[in-house]
Amino acid sequence: MLRDITLGQYYPVDSLVHRLDPRTKLFGTMVFIISLFLAKGVAAYVLATCFLLAAIRLCKVPFSFMVRGLRSIVILLLISVSFNLFLTPGEEIFHIGFLKLTWEGLRTAAFMGVRLIYLVIGCSIMTLTTTPNELTDGLEKSLGIFKKVGAPVHEVAMMMSIALRFIPILVEETDKIMKAQMARGADFESGNVIQKAKSMIPLLVPLFISAFRRATDLAMAMEARCYHGGEGRTKMKPLHYAHRDRVMYAAYAVYLAAVVVLRMVL
Amino acid sequence: MGIIKASRLIFDYIRRDEDEHVEEVSRAIDDLSVDIKEGDFVAILGHNGSGKSTFAKQVNALLLPTEGTVWVSDMNTSDESHIWDIRRNAGMVFQNPDNQIIGNIVEEDVGFGPENIGVPTDDIWKRVDASLEAVGMTAYRLKSPNKLSGGQKQRVAIAGVMAMKPRCIIMDEPTAMLDPNGRKEVIRTVHELNQKEGITVLLITHYMEEVIDADRVIVMDDGHLVMDGTPKEIFSRVEELKSYRLDVPQVTELAYELKKAGVGLPDGILTIDELMESLLPVLQGV
Repeated sequence: MLRDITLGQYYPVDSLVHRLDPRTKLFGTMVFIISLFLAKGVAAYVLATCFLLAAIRLCKVPFSFMVRGLRSIVILLLISVSFNLFLTPGEEIFHIGFLKLTWEGLRTAAFMGVRLIYLVIGCSIMTLTTTPNELTDGLEKSLGIFKKVGAPVHEVAMMMSIALRFIPILVEETDKIMKAQMARGADFESGNVIQKAKSMIPLLVPLFISAFRRATDLAMAMEARCYHGGEGRTKMKPLHYAHRDRVMYAAYAVYLAAVVVLRMVL
Repeated sequence: MGIIKASRLIFDYIRRDEDEHVEEVSRAIDDLSVDIKEGDFVAILGHNGSGKSTFAKQVNALLLPTEGTVWVSDMNTSDESHIWDIRRNAGMVFQNPDNQIIGNIVEEDVGFGPENIGVPTDDIWKRVDASLEAVGMTAYRLKSPNKLSGGQKQRVAIAGVMAMKPRCIIMDEPTAMLDPNGRKEVIRTVHELNQKEGITVLLITHYMEEVIDADRVIVMDDGHLVMDGTPKEIFSRVEELKSYRLDVPQVTELAYELKKAGVGLPDGILTIDELMESLLPVLQGV
């Protein structure tokens, strides 16, 4: 069950999107998200669809792989769509009890659903084409401005990359603890939700203790290897903008301008 | 003065309660003086709680002396301005291979140390290439550390230390969590580094087989240095070793028992070949 976690999943193929600088991809994702919230009217959504389709084509990751990310938001999607469907005031089509289905509701629900789906696909294109290390490097570099106001940008980026490294180790460890408990008669399968949740406690306690122990060990190992924060640190793989990145930024600007213009005109 | 020198070193672990009152003081190292020559392969033996790991952390300035002094390449570990130089000069490899690898890819982990000490990018790549070559892990440079065996992970950890170009490596039970094959792999790598690159090695272990090829063996018990000499000298004193709850290698044990039973054998036999050579004339004489 724990092996389904797809956090930071990377799909290794060689494509234009893969070769882009991580900052370009981060910025692009942000532009896309902003555009989705700015979009008003069918025309803007058609434009967003074109942008997304172009990204899907360029990144060479099979479409089915991206759709997999949608599974995790199905419930969220259903809830927000049905809220919009029934609770938007306007011209009534029919009603069941106090729930009224309106034309306006239908419209906002449709846009809402599309927006959420696009959001998830857009983000998964970024994680599928960027290695965790590139991602944290990109974050660290592009959030560099916040360092000036004292935000611990380097530290957060380092935490993220260490967390990503330890996920598989802790998953394996959970598996081991679970088997050890099962060998002594623990039951994780039967019972209702509350009983299942309760049976997780003897699993979580040893897992947390071991995680803390690992953390102390790791901190000592990092200190022994001269780690003392981001100060005076050099990079083994520094980030460089190439020509293709500049082209991408130009494309973002044009796209965002088009969305804004559509919003103002319509 | 050698590369590592401790003089009258005392270290107390102090446990405090919530109001910072001293609750318990336990002395881990008691009046330890030792001088280690550059280029030597030194093994430190000792039972659990003998203070050997605490001593290792003293050399890397992860712990600082309560009393006395430790020098690493002529720098006093208590002097805070030298702390990064000391850690660069005295690299440390720990017991658990998983808990000391930071990078998500082998080569990135090896580059972690040089990144920290501010080596320029081109130079980092050269160092990473050289260190991976030195431990024989070049073929795995793009793999995830999670996909490697225990012995391979420890070799990556050693490469990570080597990339900082240290003068000595301190290994705190590097083989305790490995299977016999991984253990051999790691020990062989360390011996190679010692011989080819002239790096001083401080190996802390409780596997006697790993000690036989060392230049010098130090035995610690209850925070004291109790025995110091070549492996041959140390393993000649079987009774004394046993009193510190330590074993001797199987061959040595056999020779010792034979001698006790009246067979004319010399002291301190460490290998099967040695035993054969000494035993043959005895048998032919009979």
